[in-house]
This record gives sequence, C-alpha cells and structure tokens, in this order.
Amino acid sequence: MREVRVKRARDNQESLPLLVKDCALITIATGIRAQNLRELRDRLETVHPSSIYYHFWGRRLAPSFDQPEFNNDFAAWARHDLHDYVLAERLAVVDPTDFPTIEALRQELIEVIEERLYESALVPWAKTDQQFYFKRSKIVVFDTKQQIAEPTLLPQVLPALSLSSIFYHFIDARRRALEGIDDFSAWLDAYGEAYAVLRNEIASIDLYFSTMSEIREKLVQVCTMRLSSQGEGL
Amino acid sequence: MIDLAHYAEVAGSDVIEHLRQLAALLKGKRVVHVNSTQEGGGVAEILEKLVPLMQQLGIDTQWDIIHGNDDFFVCTKNMHNALQGNVVDIPERLLHVYEETNAQNAERLRDKLEAADIVFIHDPQPAPLFKLCPQRRGKWIWRCHIDIRHPHRPVWKYVRNFIEDYDASIFSLVDFAQPLPHEIFVVPPSIDPLSEKNMDIDDDEVASVYEGFGLDLERPIILQVSRFDRFKDPLGVIHAFMLAKKYIPSLQLVLAGGGASDDPEGKAVLGEVRVAAAGHSDIHVLALPSNADRTINALQRGADIVLQKSLREGFGLTVTEAMWKGKPVIGGDAGGIRLQVIDHHTGFLVNSPEGAALRIRYLLSHRDKLQAMGEKAREFVRDNFLITRHLRDYLALMVVLVYNVEERIELS
Repeated sequence: MREVRVKRARDNQESLPLLVKDCALITIATGIRAQNLRELRDRLETVHPSSIYYHFWGRRLAPSFDQPEFNNDFAAWARHDLHDYVLAERLAVVDPTDFPTIEALRQELIEVIEERLYESALVPWAKTDQQFYFKRSKIVVFDTKQQIAEPTLLPQVLPALSLSSIFYHFIDARRRALEGIDDFSAWLDAYGEAYAVLRNEIASIDLYFSTMSEIREKLVQVCTMRLSSQGEGL
Repeated sequence: MIDLAHYAEVAGSDVIEHLRQLAALLKGKRVVHVNSTQEGGGVAEILEKLVPLMQQLGIDTQWDIIHGNDDFFVCTKNMHNALQGNVVDIPERLLHVYEETNAQNAERLRDKLEAADIVFIHDPQPAPLFKLCPQRRGKWIWRCHIDIRHPHRPVWKYVRNFIEDYDASIFSLVDFAQPLPHEIFVVPPSIDPLSEKNMDIDDDEVASVYEGFGLDLERPIILQVSRFDRFKDPLGVIHAFMLAKKYIPSLQLVLAGGGASDDPEGKAVLGEVRVAAAGHSDIHVLALPSNADRTINALQRGADIVLQKSLREGFGLTVTEAMWKGKPVIGGDAGGIRLQVIDHHTGFLVNSPEGAALRIRYLLSHRDKLQAMGEKAREFVRDNFLITRHLRDYLALMVVLVYNVEERIELS
C-alpha cells in the first residue's frame, strides 16, 4: 500500500502527509525452551523466524530499561545465565542489520554458537530456573490521528512521538517495506531529490546499537540540522 | 467508579485513545470473568478495576464468582500450593468436592457462559467450567496468575486435563508457563494508580496512620505487605530485621497483611509470625481487614524500604505498589519480582535473610541511592505496570482471538 502511494506522489509531484501510527506488541510464549548451549543451537535451527525477530527487535517494547546491557536476548542469556562471557560478547556484536533476511541472521547465530561449542570442553549449562524461553509477538497498530503534512515539520513533531511510534516507523517498517527501509526515508523518497541528503542521513542512523530514545534523539538532530538550514543541503 | 479519562492524567491521553481503538472492535461483545473470590488477593483486586473499565469502553463485561464450601477451598489451596511446586497430594475425596462444586456452579452460570463471546477463567478453581459448558460459542481463555513452571506433576496432570482444550492461556511471565496445546499470551499484571491503595495522599494522613499503630516515623522503617503465607517468608523477614537491627538499633519492622476468603492457611502462618515477633517491641504485626487499602497506601508511603522476600511469587503486586510510591524494594529472587526489581536499579534481589539484611543496611546508610532507586522504580512502573497497559493487553489479545489475527492488525 505504502509503495503505491509513494509512487503516486513521485509521479504527480504532490505533497503526501505521513500518517503517524503507534503500536503495541502482545507477547506470546512459544513453549520452546533451552537449558544449555547445545539446546539453544538446536532450537534456533527450527524456531519460527518471528521468534528470532522478537529476541532482537521486539524485546525493545518489553518491560525493561531503555539502556540494556545487551542488545539481544541471546547475548544476555549467555552472560547472565550460562556465565559464558566470551560467547556473550560474540553474540552481542551480531548486528541484525548486516543480514538481509532472518534466515541469514539465524545462520550467523548458529555459526557463533557452533564455534563456541567446538571451543568448550563442557557444554555451558544454565540453572533449572534460568532457561532460555523463546518468545514471539503479534503487533497491534494504532492510528494516532496525527499527520505530518510535510517534511519541514519533522523537527517539531518527532520529539513528541512515543518510543513505540518510533519503533513502528523506524524498526517495524523495515519488515513491512519491500525495500526494507524505514517509513521516514520512504516518505522523503517520495519528494525526490529535494530531501535526498536528509533521507540518506536518516537511513544511516545505527538503529541496532542505539536505544529507542537515542534513535528518536538522532532523528530530531538530523532533521533539525538539515531542515533549519533553509533548504541548503536538503 | 473512576472515569477512564482520569487515567489520561497519569498514563497519557494517547494510551486512552489506544484503548478506545481496540474496544471499538469489541463493541457489543459479551465478556465474562470468573474467579473464586470477590475480595482479598491480587486477582480480585485486578478484576475490581478491569471490569468497570471494560464496561466504560462499551464492552458488555460481567464478573462472576464460583461458590464453594470449606473443603472446596482447602482443595484449591492445596492445588495452588502444588502447582507452585509443593509436594502436596490431594485426596480423592477433595478432588471429588472440587469437581462437584464446579458442576454446581456450572448449573448456575451455564447459560451466561455458553452465550458469552469471550470467557476468562482465572486460576485453577473454576477451570472445569470449560468442559461443563459444552454448548459454548465464544473463545475461552485460562488466566493463570501463579508460577507453575515446576508444578507437583500429579496435580498438574490432573488440572491440565481441564485446561488443555481452552482457546488460549495467559501467564504473567513467560517463565511461569507450562507447554499447552494452544496460544500462550504473556501479560504481566498491573496496579491502579487512582485506587485508594495507590492514589496520592498527604503526609498528615500517613503520619496519622503510623501514629495509630504506635510507629515512629522519625526512626527508619522497613515494611512487608503481603498475605500471611509461607511462600512470602514472613519469618525470613523477621530474621533479616534482627540481623540488620544489630547495626541499626532504631530500626522498626512492619509486617502487614490480611487473609483472603480462599486462603485457610493464613491464620496458622499469622500465629507463627506472632510467636516469632513476641517480645520484640519494634516488630509490628498488623492483621488488616480486606478493606484497608488506604491504610496500606499510607504504610507504604511512610516506609523507608519495602521488602517482598517471597520464596515463590506469582507477580507480586505489592512490589509494584511500593515502587509506584517511589520506594526501592528488596525482593526475593523469585517469580515476577524479577521482572520488577531490576537489581541495583529499582531495588535489590536477595536469596536469604542475610542478603536482605545486607541490603537494608546498605540502603539506610546510602540515602542518596535509596532516593534515586525509588525514583527510578516509580518511572519503571509508570511505563510498564499501570492498569492501562494491562487493559490494553487484554483488549489486544481479545481482538487477536476474535479476529484470528496472525501477525498484525491495524486499527483506526
């Protein structure tokens, strides 16, 4: 749907508002658990892709502080429950944005774990109460009734957007769009070269190693910088 | 009844708008909640709030209680303990009472439950109603409020038989769930920030409550609010207090709690606590009536530190309540306390009376940390554990079930 509207805007040179959405995730227990590293590898081979997505991205809307020690649940489990610090560090640097698909990300996780299993004299175990529980989620998208009429309004609107709204437009968008880009970049793309620099800067924000608040701050920062310069360098 | 709009002031107007969008898809649907007690305990407390709010959103929501005799509640209390891991074998005679009581309640509730679009059955007490309502037309959801990750297997095997055919289950934490052949949602519980128990009250009222119980607000106070239940480890709290008091002689302990009508063990545990506290003038054991919400509010606000040293815990709403009042919590490393007490951020997780005593001493001698942790705790609750979030989750999963949502649903 978005692709069609964007194309129409491009063709007709019309102004197209960005409809602001918000979202919430409903967490679902898959019933799949791992007690040790070998089980984690085995479960990773077959678990539904949406579960891998959840443990990298969906977790950001779960109750937690916005400054997590680790950016994915696998690394956190390796550190806190398996007490394998080397593995935790290796898993922590796996950046999901480096992989074109969840299947490719799955393979990378399995590779890292395989390598660690090969190095380890003993298979790392967690206590009975500290198993890894695979989760997934369903997403409910809300209409905020808000629109951003044109890109120049972004610096005013962005600071007030909830973190879940930022999640929807900046993270969830990559799953929805065929091009795999965020909503803001796709929207600016509809205006052609006019906002090309801004679009590229938004697209280059490091979304994985930034917290949700940091992503919002960076968005505000680049939009304020580019759009307050009276069109120069837009 | 509090108007939904008032929650916007605490939780934000966008949150209320989300609720309205979700509720629009459920307009006219008949929803029934069934549990086993109307007062006392966290389940009744949550339903007291959720049901009127769902009604305000235009969803035809009712709340029914199943009735039973003393044997029924002895049986379900044993069941509750066994599902939480105690090795308790329930005699055939009591299981017969359990099934018979549910059959009698089904006679009374059957028409309503079979006609409902969505039925929430809370905890194991009314679980057999599903099989006793064969003409049901709606979606049936089993809402488990307790931690059943390590149940006593024979009892779980018995209870599971009543649950496996439900359309979905809800657990408070992913860790609490048992594998079941249907979708398992994870919905942490919540507190109502506008209720008597959690609303802002002035310092004079707090002082008056403390004075009434002979407590001195000028001296440090630690508090545990919970049922008199062995899983809450009140004797462990007294032990921790005694260890800490050696170093902080002015320390006072308040153990406040009430019973619930479905908890026959409470009296026995209260007796044990009174024996352990005997002769210690700075230990105050308060057996409060079920309508003492405002008193509990004042006690929580006046305490320096709140403890919840549970050995096993469902979610631990008293932890949420204390955090909402800006108190750091020293909690047992168990159940839902782990989700709320983020170690070194909103309080401390402990595994022994010694650990609790150490943290009491630390916080009372680092007042700046105590203050900072308390502030962090309040914001954490605002973001994650208010009733508006809980209601949103319930509405969302009802929408998911009623409309067979696979991955996502867009509302307008």
